[in-house]
Amino acid sequence: MTAMRDAFIDTTTALLDDDPRTALVLADISAAQFAPAGTRHPDRVFNVGIREQLMIGVAGGLALTGLRPIVHSYATFLVDRTYEQIKLDLDHQGVGAVLVSIGASYDGSAEGRTHQSPGDVALFDSLGHGWTVRVPGHPDEVAPLLRGAATTDDPVYLRLSEQRNARAYPDADRLRVIRQGGTNAPLVLTVGPMLDPTLAATEGMDVTVAYTHTPRPFDTSGLRALAATEVVLVEPYLSGTSSAVVSRAMAEVPHRLLALGVDQTDLRRYGDPADHARWHGLDADGLRRSISAFLGSARG
Amino acid sequence: MTTTVTTDSGPRLPGLIRRLTGDEKHAPSAHSTIDVIQVLYDRVLRVTPDAADDPERDRFLLSKGHGPAAYYAVLAAHGFIPEAWLDDLAGPASRLGHHPDRVLVPGVEIGSGSLGHGLGLAVGTALGLRAQGLLKPRVYVLLGDAELDEGSNHEAIAYAGATALANLTAIVVDNSSATHGWAGGIARRFTVNGWTADTVDGRDHTDLYVALTGHRPGRPHLVVAHVENKG
Repeated sequence: MTAMRDAFIDTTTALLDDDPRTALVLADISAAQFAPAGTRHPDRVFNVGIREQLMIGVAGGLALTGLRPIVHSYATFLVDRTYEQIKLDLDHQGVGAVLVSIGASYDGSAEGRTHQSPGDVALFDSLGHGWTVRVPGHPDEVAPLLRGAATTDDPVYLRLSEQRNARAYPDADRLRVIRQGGTNAPLVLTVGPMLDPTLAATEGMDVTVAYTHTPRPFDTSGLRALAATEVVLVEPYLSGTSSAVVSRAMAEVPHRLLALGVDQTDLRRYGDPADHARWHGLDADGLRRSISAFLGSARG
Repeated sequence: MTTTVTTDSGPRLPGLIRRLTGDEKHAPSAHSTIDVIQVLYDRVLRVTPDAADDPERDRFLLSKGHGPAAYYAVLAAHGFIPEAWLDDLAGPASRLGHHPDRVLVPGVEIGSGSLGHGLGLAVGTALGLRAQGLLKPRVYVLLGDAELDEGSNHEAIAYAGATALANLTAIVVDNSSATHGWAGGIARRFTVNGWTADTVDGRDHTDLYVALTGHRPGRPHLVVAHVENKG
């Protein structure tokens, strides 16, 4: 079974072969996997060593000369550590790049907090509205999203995970209804790999479940079209990251909102990703408890 | 195609700087970077206002974006920006702020102000030019000795040296303002990583010209320009 990371490596390698505008900037992570591409394109494949500030600075400089940099590392090193470089070396210069992370949220559960970045999408929100954020839920969604990003000059963040759904929905850049509930049924919005646990959690409940792999820009018109008075957000990163977006989109519609996602707390525990999903209430049982309590509380 | 433009903007700079600062008392030499920037634009850089977007142009990146009066004055003297812009520095409708913004100012290659960003951007620019077969343009980036405190510079110094990034020249204007100094000298930080280096009087235009054009084949080049200690 192909993993998202493999899909990224294969697609990027092909892009480097096909499009002379494409460049790749690494900071040691995945360097071995990209060695063949580096041998073929030594002028466009750069491994700067363990130097993440430089990684983004180099990407900004490459973009200033008209190239299209793809930049890759663990989310915490790619985004958290280089926040000011993203803000200034890309955004403030008026140039874009494709940032591709692995190690989403608690994928690195056994590595501990130092290798986790549940707040990455929230950090992009703090930069303004320029960034497109892609959170694929299946490896087959990765290639089309990456190829699409490579053809533009826009700032794009592609957040890869080892968590995945059984089925791919490559066209779900807008909200796509996966399970239709009855008239006025509560709306459950899922992002990326949260779809399958949410489908399992809401089995037998009268809710509409919608899915997207693109939380930024959020499909606000699709949201309004599906509008229910009760909305549940299920996101694979920091809980509440999209609450403000949903609230703004539904400002004129009376509604209640439950936002589920990764808790802010440093758990100081290891284990595997399934353990962390359970601890954050993001496994099917936990989601079912939270969603049932939320919907039940309104109906007294 | 850009051509080397040799002019002498010197006589005009005092008046232009006064328009920016409103300061009648201080000579242009109060600005630590002015001689380096003047020599670059008068005699070294192959860039003109008409060719400010030419891929073949040389790039000058002001990393030390603080105190850009000398930079703005030289850009005005060379026709990149209207002189009238100098009269409203950092005003509500001004394109010229206390730190330059490349999106607002023609001829400005990077927006800078937060220290430690220019050298990384310069490395990326040099790599991008090389990748596209643009082998004539050179990338010049100006830093301050205190700016070198930022660790991001040392990521870039090591990488540019290790990869023999030959189309890059860094200039460090040294007015001895780094809080803890640089024991053993600034140049050594670079040369130990494979750069060539020239250390010159940052007020001597002849010496500056020789150093700024003194890069050797196959290696990035450093110019340390000594000026008076920061008062």
